[in-house]
Amino acid sequence: MTNYRIETAYDDIDARLINFLQAGFPICPAPYQHVAEQLGLSEQAVIERLQTLLANGVLSRFGPLYHAERMGGALTLAALSVPPAQFEDITDRVNAFTQVAHNYARDHVLNMWFVIATETPQELAQTLIEIEKQTGLKVYNMPKLNEYFVGLKLEA
Amino acid sequence: MDMSDIDLMIMRATQGGLPLVPEPYVHLAEQLSLPVDVIMARLRAMQENGVIRRIGVVPNHYRLGYRFNGMSVWNVPDERVDALGQQVGQLPFVSHCYHRPRNLPQWPYNLFAMVHARTQTDVETQLCQIAAILGDDNLGHDVLFSTKILKKTGFRSANQA
Repeated sequence: MTNYRIETAYDDIDARLINFLQAGFPICPAPYQHVAEQLGLSEQAVIERLQTLLANGVLSRFGPLYHAERMGGALTLAALSVPPAQFEDITDRVNAFTQVAHNYARDHVLNMWFVIATETPQELAQTLIEIEKQTGLKVYNMPKLNEYFVGLKLEA
Repeated sequence: MDMSDIDLMIMRATQGGLPLVPEPYVHLAEQLSLPVDVIMARLRAMQENGVIRRIGVVPNHYRLGYRFNGMSVWNVPDERVDALGQQVGQLPFVSHCYHRPRNLPQWPYNLFAMVHARTQTDVETQLCQIAAILGDDNLGHDVLFSTKILKKTGFRSANQA
């Protein structure tokens, strides 16, 4: 069912760095140096470990995480019911949209779920229309009506 | 150029990530032709007003051994969804919790809670904990596990250079 490679591509020092940086990163002239001091590492080691963890996919992002709506942007969660034979083709068509930030295959009749993020609500509406056009499938649009919690620290 | 223009420039320059150099904010300042003090002040301001949720890392759950990443979805009465969503969102294993619209008849669920676990047993326990909070207001639920990450880029602006 899954095709994930579950490898331990990180060591204990990486784990401490990941756990530390899930809590936040300082805004000061030499922030990597600041982090390095907290963890008893060199600045260069912090930078190199981050480069490696990003390159090998243990980390998917490092930087500011923006709250799109507060920048005037718009977000939604949308789903498609994709015929299995077309799955790869539809994946390519959906992922080709730069506005599609995340896309997951899920075990359900609605088997493709993606987040669309745009700079304006108008662009979001247009993107939904374009995705229907490009895929020939009905897009199930599920914008958030209320947010109760966002954020999580996963222990590395 | 007002503050929102500067903030937008900073957002566009950093949504792909922070530079991995000893002075990343100086690097950004040079890239955007702005004083580094302005860059740091605006980043702090955006963190305070919530435009930036946080600065930090986002791990790939799977690579940390969290193989069970489920989108749990629940059908609860609309008049109860806010009270229940607040409680479910407080659970330590829930990363995102939202009220979203139903799409009847295919999709009856209006409360979404993402859960993350390293084992099947753990995820079942988590779902039981959510069900316990919802009690009689749980009119039906499902959990959709992701079987493949098809794309994960973070939020890129379509207008980004």
